[in-house]
Amino acid sequence: MRKTMVLGVIGADVHAVGNQILNYAFTEAGFHVVNLGVMVSQEEFIEAAIESAADAILVSSLYGHGELDCQGFREKCDEAGLKGILLYVGGNIVVGKQPFEEVEKRFKEMGFDRVFGPGTPPEVTIEALRKDLEGR
Amino acid sequence: MRAILLIDFGSTYTKLTAADLDTPRILGHAQAFTTAASDISTGLEHAMTRLRSVCGDLNYEARLACSSAAGGLNMVACGLVPSLTSKAARLAAFGAGAKVIKTYAYQLTRSDIEEINAIKPDILLLSGGIDGGNSEVIIHNAGMLAKAAGDFPVVIAGNRTAQDECAQLLSASAHPVFRADNVMPQMNVLNIEPVAEVIRKIFMQRIILAKGLSRAKSLLDGILMPTPSAVLKALALLSRGQGKNSGIGDLLAVDLGGATTDVYSIAKGDPTNPTTVLRGLPEPVIKRTVEGDLGMRYNALGVLEAAGVQKLAELSGLNTQEVQSRIEQYHKDPALLPQGQRDLALDTALAAAATGIALSRHAGTLERVYTPVGPVYQQTGKDLSQTEQMIVTGGALIYASNLNAIISGALSMQDPMVLAPRQVRLAVDREYVLSAMGLLADYDQRIALCLLMEYFGREEAYAVV
Repeated sequence: MRKTMVLGVIGADVHAVGNQILNYAFTEAGFHVVNLGVMVSQEEFIEAAIESAADAILVSSLYGHGELDCQGFREKCDEAGLKGILLYVGGNIVVGKQPFEEVEKRFKEMGFDRVFGPGTPPEVTIEALRKDLEGR
Repeated sequence: MRAILLIDFGSTYTKLTAADLDTPRILGHAQAFTTAASDISTGLEHAMTRLRSVCGDLNYEARLACSSAAGGLNMVACGLVPSLTSKAARLAAFGAGAKVIKTYAYQLTRSDIEEINAIKPDILLLSGGIDGGNSEVIIHNAGMLAKAAGDFPVVIAGNRTAQDECAQLLSASAHPVFRADNVMPQMNVLNIEPVAEVIRKIFMQRIILAKGLSRAKSLLDGILMPTPSAVLKALALLSRGQGKNSGIGDLLAVDLGGATTDVYSIAKGDPTNPTTVLRGLPEPVIKRTVEGDLGMRYNALGVLEAAGVQKLAELSGLNTQEVQSRIEQYHKDPALLPQGQRDLALDTALAAAATGIALSRHAGTLERVYTPVGPVYQQTGKDLSQTEQMIVTGGALIYASNLNAIISGALSMQDPMVLAPRQVRLAVDREYVLSAMGLLADYDQRIALCLLMEYFGREEAYAVV
C-alpha cells in the first residue's frame, strides 16, 4: 500500500522552493504526500497526520530557527496518539555553522528519527524513508 | 399570468409571497401566526385568506414551501480533529440549513452517546479522516452511534475507505443510514455540497413527517428545504448571478432571532493584503454560521455572557444592575415585549451585541508573526473586512426602529484583528423576499434572480452605516 507522509516547512519560515522540490520528489517516488506548505505549526503537522493516518512527518526548516520550532514535537505526537510515528527533520536547522554530528545528536535527543543536514539531495531522504518504512 | 405561491413556515409567522412568473413581479405578501403545535395548515389558511385580500384569488401553478417551524433542523456533527473534519462537518451542516447543537471530535465516549440521546438530533452527521486516511476513529464512532437511542438518521460523510464498515455497523440499529462524499476528501479541501444535498433530501422525506408538518402537504407541493437553506440559495444567486447577469458581488446577511443569530457570507474572503499568508482549512465561498447562544429573548442571557454586562450597559446607556435584572426577566419570560424607552435601548444593545459577536465569530482572524525577514500576517478564515453589502432579515432587525444604531454598534465592537466588515451598506429584507426567492430559484432560477435584483440590486436599496 502507498505510504502517506506529511510535509511542511515549520515555524515562521516562508521558504517555499525547497518545499515544492520535496513535494515533487516524494510524490514521484510513489509516496502519498500531504503537503502543508510553509509556515506550518507543530499542531498543524500533527492534526494532518491524524486525519491522513500518516506513516511519517517530514519537517523542513531553512531559516535557522528550526531548533526552537521543533522543541517538544515528539512529546506532542505522543500526546496526540501518534505513538512511534516516523519524524524526520532536515535543512538549515540550527543557527550558524555547527558540526553536523552535534546537531544530529541534539535533534535525535528531541525524538527525531533522522536528521538531514543542509544540501541533502531528496534521493537520500527517500531512500532512508523507504528503508524505515519497510515492514511497517 | 403564471402565478406561483411561495411559503415560509417560520417559528412564529407563516409568510406567503405570491409572484407572477410572466411579468415577472411579486404580486403580494401576507402572514399569519404559525400553528405548528396543532395543525400547521390552520395558520397557512389564515395567511391565505389575507393574501387573497391583497392580490385576489389566484390559480397557482406551484406552491413551494420551506420551513423553520417546530424548532427547525437540529443536528449533531462528529469528526476527527476539531480544526479539520469536525469543523468541515459543522460547516456542512450549517450550509444545509441546520442548527448544530453540538460538535464532537475524536472517539465518542459512552457519556457522549448519553448526551446525544438527550439532544435527540433530527440528523447526525458522521465524518472523520481524509479519503484513505484515518478510519479507526470513524468506525469506532459508528459502532458507538449504533447504540444511541432513537431513530435519527445518520449521514456518513467521512473517509470513503471506512464508509462500508460504518454503514454495516449502523445497519443493525434503528438509525437509517445515508451516505455522502467525504466532507474533507483531501487535507484542507472542503467538499460540503454533496452532504448538504443529502441532508436536504432527508429533511424533505423524513423530518417534515417526524415534526408533524406533513399535514400541510395537501395544500402545497411539499416542504422542500429548511428556511436558512432557501435564504442561502437566494443570497448565493444574488451575489454570483447566473449567465450574463453577474449578480451584485460579495455580500453578507444577518438574521437575528429570539433564540439564534445566523450570519451568511458570499465571498471568497482571500487576504486583502498581499503579504498575508492564509492558513488552516479554507472556508466555503457560500458560508453560513449559526450562533445557538445568541438571541434576543431565549438566549438574551447568552448575549450577556458573551458580551459582558459592562458592554451592554455602555451600548444601552443603562446601568449594569438594570441590564442584568431586565435580561434575567427576559430569560424567565421570553414573550416579554419592551416597555418604554429604557427597554428599547436595551433591545438595541442586545441586538448590536448579538450581531457584533456573531459577525466576529463568522469572520476570519489575523495574527502577526515575527520572522527573521520582519513581521508577517497569518489569516485564518475569511477576510470580510472589505465586504460592504449587507442584508438584514428576521423579525428582530427588520422591525427595529434604530437599525443603524444596531449595526454601527455591532461594527464598532470588532477587534482590529478580526476580519469583520469595517463599514457596510445596508439593505433590509422587509418582506421576506430572500426565503421566497431561494425557493423560487429551484423552480426558475432566472426569474428568481430577476426579482432579487429588483429588490437588492439597486444602489437605492442600501443605506451606508
